[in-house]
Amino acid sequence: MNWPILALAITAAQVLLGLAMGCAVYRVFRGPRAQDRVLGLDALYLSGMLLLLTYGIQTGRTLFFEAALVIALLGFAGTVALAKFLMRGEVIE
Amino acid sequence: MIQSPDLPLWAAIIVGIFVLLGASITLIGALGLIRLNSFYERVHPPTLGPTLGTICILVASITCFSTLQSRPIVHELLIGLFVTMTTPVTLMLLARAAVYRDRKEGSPDVPQE
Repeated sequence: MNWPILALAITAAQVLLGLAMGCAVYRVFRGPRAQDRVLGLDALYLSGMLLLLTYGIQTGRTLFFEAALVIALLGFAGTVALAKFLMRGEVIE
Repeated sequence: MIQSPDLPLWAAIIVGIFVLLGASITLIGALGLIRLNSFYERVHPPTLGPTLGTICILVASITCFSTLQSRPIVHELLIGLFVTMTTPVTLMLLARAAVYRDRKEGSPDVPQE
């Protein structure tokens, strides 16, 4: 069975997540200080990961799940490295 | 690209409601990122997306794939576990870095010890 209301709901969710990514990008470009930009980047990769999950639901393919898992892993490492850099001025000491 | 998976009615209702709920909660968190004024207020709203938003969308995803392949699919729990565990760590590190930088510069809006 194919439900058009479900397709509409998933597309609306993708639009909402796109708006959330837009808010995060605004904070990355506008943010008065460096920690605001890192915070925006954190929100940006999380919204992108959720967007990939909704694409996976929409197409019914599990390929997007692995991409979302990789984004979650690498985004965590990136944010921790940036926070360490803000604190100490270098990442590996 | 408007298409939807082939699901029975009960699964379609669950998937639609949870996907919309998760996306709305994530958008509310991102709006807080724009609207609040100081950094120490802005640290809080992005935690809505990684916890409640992710859990809602993962419930939708688990329901969808379990119904499509007619056996329980739970590997989405990996993302949920990982994101819920790492977000507090990153945001606490970031807030500590911000406090350190602000105290070093003698900025007036630093939280007191």
